[in-house]
Amino acid sequence: MTLLELHDVSVTYRIAAGEVPAVRNVDLALAAGEALGIAGESGSGKSTLAMALLRLLPRGARVDGRILLDGEDVLTMKWGRLRAVRWASASIVFQGAQHALNPVRRIGDQIAEPLLVHGLAKNPGKRVAELLGQVGLPAWRARSYPHELSGGQRQRVMIAMALACEPRLIIADEPTTALDVMVQAQVLSLIKKLMAEHGISMIMISHDLSVLADMCDRLAVMYAGRLVEVGPSREVFHDAKHPYSRALAAAFPTVGDPASRMAPRGLGGDPPDPMALPTGCPFHPRCPVALPECSSAAVELWPAGPGRTAACVHVLEDPPAAAVPDEARVAVDKEAS
Amino acid sequence: MTEVATARKTLLEATDLRVEFPSRGRRAKAVDGVNIAVGEGEIVALVGESGCGKTTLARTLLGLERPTAGRVMYGGAPLSYTSRALKAYRREVQLVLQDPTGSLNPRHTVYEAVAEGPRIHGLPDEERIVAEALSHAGLRPAERYFLRYPHELSGGQRQRVVIAGALALQPRILVADEPVASLDASVRGEILALLLRLREELGLAALVVTHDLGLAWNIADRVAVMYLGRIVESGPVEQVLKEPRHPYTQALLSVLPESPERVVLAGEPPDPTRVPGGCRFHPRCQVLASGLADEADVGHRCRDEALAVLPAVPDAQAACHYANR
Repeated sequence: MTLLELHDVSVTYRIAAGEVPAVRNVDLALAAGEALGIAGESGSGKSTLAMALLRLLPRGARVDGRILLDGEDVLTMKWGRLRAVRWASASIVFQGAQHALNPVRRIGDQIAEPLLVHGLAKNPGKRVAELLGQVGLPAWRARSYPHELSGGQRQRVMIAMALACEPRLIIADEPTTALDVMVQAQVLSLIKKLMAEHGISMIMISHDLSVLADMCDRLAVMYAGRLVEVGPSREVFHDAKHPYSRALAAAFPTVGDPASRMAPRGLGGDPPDPMALPTGCPFHPRCPVALPECSSAAVELWPAGPGRTAACVHVLEDPPAAAVPDEARVAVDKEAS
Repeated sequence: MTEVATARKTLLEATDLRVEFPSRGRRAKAVDGVNIAVGEGEIVALVGESGCGKTTLARTLLGLERPTAGRVMYGGAPLSYTSRALKAYRREVQLVLQDPTGSLNPRHTVYEAVAEGPRIHGLPDEERIVAEALSHAGLRPAERYFLRYPHELSGGQRQRVVIAGALALQPRILVADEPVASLDASVRGEILALLLRLREELGLAALVVTHDLGLAWNIADRVAVMYLGRIVESGPVEQVLKEPRHPYTQALLSVLPESPERVVLAGEPPDPTRVPGGCRFHPRCQVLASGLADEADVGHRCRDEALAVLPAVPDAQAACHYANR
């Protein structure tokens, strides 16, 4: 059963200098109980996309397309309904728990807040203790303030809050980025266990493909606001079809792999400016295997094996001949210059 | 690539180093007996979790902290803490920090940022030094970057500017604290490749402080694993990371994605104001908890008998009663 569907979702930020297309024409679906990883670098649009799912973006952002949560369009929901959906149907674990928690309120009160807002708990104290237990913290921690907790413990509190209203979907935005390896392992295995126990679906966002491959069933890789590859996570990680996904996967070496010993691998160049995207495939200026036509031929997600798609001409048996430059695109470029 | 624990000439060394701080009425033993040496042109990774003392150790090696006991040796002579001696020392031993955005003054151009060191040290021919440093750091043609401001650069370019600032003083060793932790995945490899290239081109040694074992695998000759103020295992990277002998190193490696069997240690890294007796790792040790140490009849030693401080030798070694039984 499909829990979440994205149809042609685009997000555009309006700033003084013009419009910034942060997310462009994303189609995705998430089945109930499934874990989907969204990978990409800063500026790829992955966090913007996550925020758009619950309409958490700032005022200057315009979201187009349709975002169906349990068949209901999040983008056209009334405020009251949206409030009910947030926390209760889907909740977010933000990165950097030290900034997401209120420093002057006790942990217990912060966890209880969504319960009270949604009128879900007659005895919030008991439920808070239960939630703290689920994330491996003692009940007396409810009386602590955020600064009395370590980074890992604060991230556990964030997870407890996200679980409070028993949502069906958790969106985790870089949930372990600032944490130590061992604490990261603790938090990740906790998330995995809770998802399995409660049958919760998850969208996890990270730049670390190896972590996503470990945690998620499927992976979607974003570049310059677009999906460039989607597929089963192990396959995308070990045998990426898109050269950008390959570079991301190689950035985190497997310890013991002779190929990466004394050979760190990166990607030359920088991500493109979203206001001046390259023509053709937006990745072509950095692509190690670019063909002449890549600078002009449009790319889209093409089938690349069972359950897989990739936006790279190399997955096509007959790469398209250099297409006529998209006239609209040329016009935009002229305006920009 | 073959790896032999060759006898490199020691450049920077700490002997029986201890650094303590007052902490809420107690003494925090941030560095609690460490021997470590970096040879000429050698890249050593110092690996550990936050709070293990690795950053304090790095700061002490740079002369930014005074050791409580033990000493720092550079080029065979003990470090002198007079301001004149420290100034000269810091030309040779340069620091690169984690967050390039925080290390750069947003109102200084790239040129000013890189020229600051040479100016302080009154070096002649400033413009040539800056241009060379930038091009060594991979920002070419250098002149194109002179008048740029940090906000006009990408994260990777900013870290290159920081590295160029260090190179401008023609140091012999870089101490880099998490040099790629705040960078994007694709840029990470580029900066690490730069450190390898600087070693090749300039013979530049490096002590890289990190929590990332993949980084050690990518660029380091040797690795030292730190836990609660002590180095618990050290040696050539291939040996230590492929056949770790200390249970803590084994646990750190086991939680990397892709590894077959995970050992997730419970709890948080312990408090340096309360270092456990016996082996300092024993309260969290999976080998002791599983009963293996007791079967081998070393469990009582793990609980009661402190381990000697590891010497600064290039060969693989572990501070563990069970591994050394």
